[in-house]
Order: sequence, then C-alpha cells, then structure tokens
Amino acid sequence: MRIRVELSALRRTQWHEYLIRFLLGGAITVIAGLIAKGFGPVIGGLFLAFPAIFPASATLIDKHELKKKRKAGIPVTLRGRLAVALDARGAALGAIALAGFACFVWRELPGHETPWVLGAGVLLWFIAAVLIWRARKLHVYLSRHRRKTSA
Amino acid sequence: MDLIWRFLVGGFIVSIFAVIGDLLRPRGFAGLFGAAPSVALATLALTVMGEGKAYAATESRSMIVGAAAFFLYTIACVYSVGVKRMKAPVMTLSLLALWGLSAFGLWAAFLR
Repeated sequence: MRIRVELSALRRTQWHEYLIRFLLGGAITVIAGLIAKGFGPVIGGLFLAFPAIFPASATLIDKHELKKKRKAGIPVTLRGRLAVALDARGAALGAIALAGFACFVWRELPGHETPWVLGAGVLLWFIAAVLIWRARKLHVYLSRHRRKTSA
Repeated sequence: MDLIWRFLVGGFIVSIFAVIGDLLRPRGFAGLFGAAPSVALATLALTVMGEGKAYAATESRSMIVGAAAFFLYTIACVYSVGVKRMKAPVMTLSLLALWGLSAFGLWAAFLR
C-alpha cells in the first residue's frame, strides 16, 4: 500500500479543531512539567507518553466520516468507528517506536548535545515506526497468501 | 513565564505532528503520528535548560513505561471501537483511565 499526502484533509478540518489540539497539547505539556516539579522526574516522565491528543483526533475522525456519509445520504454508519480503530492500530505501532525514542534519549542524553539527541531520537522514532508498520503489512500479506495457497 | 513558554512550545509541537497525521494516508500509517514524541520533545528540551540533563534522562527512563501504557491503551481502543463497535469519543476518553492504571502499575512494578 502506497503512502500518500492528502491535502484536502486540511480543508475538512475547521480552525477551532486545530485550536483544540493546540490547547490540549499545550495543557498536557504544562501539566507534565507541574507533575515533574511536584512529584519528581520518575513520576513526571510517565506523562511524557500520555495520549495527549489521541482522543481529540479520534473524535475528529469519527465526526468527519459521519459527515461524509450523511452528505452521501447514509444517516447511520460504522465507518467512523472503523477509521478510529485503524488510527488506533497505527498509534499502537507508533507507541512501540515511542518506547525506542525514550530508551535512546535516556541512554544518550547525559553524554551528548541535547539538540542532537532529540533530533536523532525523532528520526529514530520515525524510522522504527515506519519499519514496524511495514513489517505488520508484510505479515498480513504473507498470512493471506499462505491461506490462499493452502485452500 | 516558564509555564506560558511551555504551553506555547507544547501546543505548537503537538499541533505540527497532528497536522502531519491529518495529511497522510492510509489511515493506519497516519495513526503512527498519534504516538509521536510531541509532548516529550517540548518537555525534555525545556527541562534540560531548567533542571539539567540527568533530570531529563530520568524522565526519559520513566517515559518507556508511559509508552508501554500508551500501547495497552491503543490496543484497548482498537478492541472496544473496532471489534465491539462502541462509541469512539466515549471509549477513547474513558480508556485514558486504563493508561493511568497501566502507567502507575508498571511504575510500581519496575521503577519504584
């Protein structure tokens, strides 16, 4: 399956939906900082992997799919829920890579320059996430192929 | 002033990753960006400036546990919304409690 950029998605999202995600992102960053100050870095660090905007993004996906179907004259649909489930499956794979990012920063930060470590960490997260996603796709393809050949 | 700066940087980085996720297709691939290290980037960069590298490294070690809880949270979302067909906004919000339970459970088991 080819990865593509869909610019029309920007038009579907309204300005207040961007604002909500900005506010949520800012709020959770402040809260993570305050928790670290109050309870120490061990507890505070947990919140660096808090699913900050996932519920907001999932709600948007659900809403947009519902709107699309209503426009097409279909009042009740499960498509939104399926799209959210797909998004969550992607996020699950991303979370594995997120653990890799955290591990890399934990090991490398004390001995290297911060911008380098954070930059390399994000690159590592992206490469690991894409590889895990590709590996999962290949696994699904091979399982289907094996089932077809054995039938 | 530190809190305002933290809010703006955090909001900006989280929004950037959210927009990238919006633009990409297929949906499963775009979902990867739902677990991007956006809050971590903003927080760690500012923490190093204020508290030092050792403090930020300790936070990063805990983040591994937080990411494991994130993984469990998303799997529960896939099951409840995709398999059981429950309402997405309700489930994604209420399952945040599972993230909290998993994160603190794993913290108690491995980091305490």
